[in-house]
Amino acid sequence: MRKLHPVISVLSMLTLAFLYVPLLAVAIFSVNATRYGLAWRGFTLNWYIKLFHNEVILNAAWNSLVLAVVSTLAATILGTALAIGIDRFPWTKKLGTTLDLLLHLPVVVPDIIFAAALVVAFGLLRMLSSFFEPGLLNMIIGHITFQVSFVALVVRSRLVGIGRDVEEAARDLFADTPYLLRKVMLPLLVPGIVAGAMLAFTLSLDDFVISFFTAGPDSVTLPLFIYAAVRRGVTPQIHALSTLVLMTTVILIIGMERFTRD
Amino acid sequence: MNELIIWYGELTTPRRLTRRGLKFLGVGMLWILLFLVLPGLVLVAVSFATRGSYGQLEWSFTLENYKRLTGFSVFGWTADYMIILWRSVWVAFVTCLAAVILSYPLCFFICSRPERTRYLWLMLVVIPFWTNMVIRTYAWFLILAPEFPPARIAHFFGFLPPNTPLYPNAFAVYIGMVTIFLPFVALPLYSSVERLDWSLVEAAQDLYASRTRVFLQAILPQTMPGLSVGIILTFVPAMGMFVVPDLLGGAKYMLVGNLIEQQFGASRDWPFGAAVSMALMLLTMVSLYLYRRKHKEMQIV
Repeated sequence: MRKLHPVISVLSMLTLAFLYVPLLAVAIFSVNATRYGLAWRGFTLNWYIKLFHNEVILNAAWNSLVLAVVSTLAATILGTALAIGIDRFPWTKKLGTTLDLLLHLPVVVPDIIFAAALVVAFGLLRMLSSFFEPGLLNMIIGHITFQVSFVALVVRSRLVGIGRDVEEAARDLFADTPYLLRKVMLPLLVPGIVAGAMLAFTLSLDDFVISFFTAGPDSVTLPLFIYAAVRRGVTPQIHALSTLVLMTTVILIIGMERFTRD
Repeated sequence: MNELIIWYGELTTPRRLTRRGLKFLGVGMLWILLFLVLPGLVLVAVSFATRGSYGQLEWSFTLENYKRLTGFSVFGWTADYMIILWRSVWVAFVTCLAAVILSYPLCFFICSRPERTRYLWLMLVVIPFWTNMVIRTYAWFLILAPEFPPARIAHFFGFLPPNTPLYPNAFAVYIGMVTIFLPFVALPLYSSVERLDWSLVEAAQDLYASRTRVFLQAILPQTMPGLSVGIILTFVPAMGMFVVPDLLGGAKYMLVGNLIEQQFGASRDWPFGAAVSMALMLLTMVSLYLYRRKHKEMQIV
């Protein structure tokens, strides 16, 4: 193995410390017995127990979950169909470029602009129907819109990867379109679809900006709740909640890694 | 249009193929058009509208919002908004630069780990990448609190009155931005560093190139693909960042993201908010264009 200059190792350690010390501080103060101030007053799990008795927090967790699950399901179906539609048909070069551009839009446009556009659009649509009142439904629509692109991009790279030989063979053996989709393409695409869905799910759980702009009073999610709470002042209970969110993230990442590795 | 063709083993006509393709594209494209393209166009239109006295929209065409953005108002000219725009670009630039400088050693360090543990080290970069931004930002509240060394050191050198936290201020914004975006640079860069052809580096060293030249001419060009993705992934969202300056900068260090949020929140001035969004969009497009012109070989995703 190549020898590294010790400065590089030291710098790397400092960089990792820079990333992790704040998060560790949150975890440490989540088990600190004192409510105010940052003095250490002994170990407690009290704040965690209190979390599970807090109606508002449980509600926010439920909202986060509903939002992530519903939007991911919809985005996965739409994104997969979109990827197949873009990749497997003889579109003209011009149409292909346009589709490609549309697909990359949510990836390159800053999310705050997208959020602002949604606020304005929903505001105008509200004149037509109360369906577009700020709330969970609007958040789901917003999330699906940016997730679709990510799912489609992941699935498309898998489509390119598996090539068309198997499909052509199936067609040569007189498979019709539904049969080809069900028995040939979808099984081959599963790793791509699952990877895309997991990406979409984490993006949704992680999202703050789009939720912040489209949420209503009854549709607070965990990131929104934490944001509102820390603006009033940090409490051990918020540290406990953040630590749980962090741990969930770590578990999701390990799961994702396990799945995509084999 | 109706002649038979063979399309990957299927006997069909172009018309049938097109119709089936549209079925696949239909709902997804309709969704994107309806909830992405259309709202975008509406936002453009609103930026030329007027704010009514109750915050409602009035559809009379005006350039007032853009004039206000460049600083002209009934009270004369101020540079306030221009400063915020310029500051956003500057913060994004500094964030990018700091993240790149810190990422290079980190990536080389991870690559030098033995095969077995390398994956664990990489996970240490992946975890913050996926951790919620709000949590990662407010976590600095603790470290920068008056009880802890950073604030005490600042106090010792006379930068800070006693018993005050080291936020909100510009320094805290930079710290927060770099922690948020470091993994965005480090991860794509790592994939390039991992594939580095060391024989080129050794050749440069054999020919007595200085350390700087080895980096600039043997390492930098080889890691450019990953670095490009990292820079784009950092610079564009960093310009529009709203959580970090809001929590760590407060009113003292506003960025364009905060300005937009303010118009859609407290001020309820949608037309001006839309105009500011257009300015941010323009900045994004200009920076992507400039970057692309310099690095023709760049590819996104």
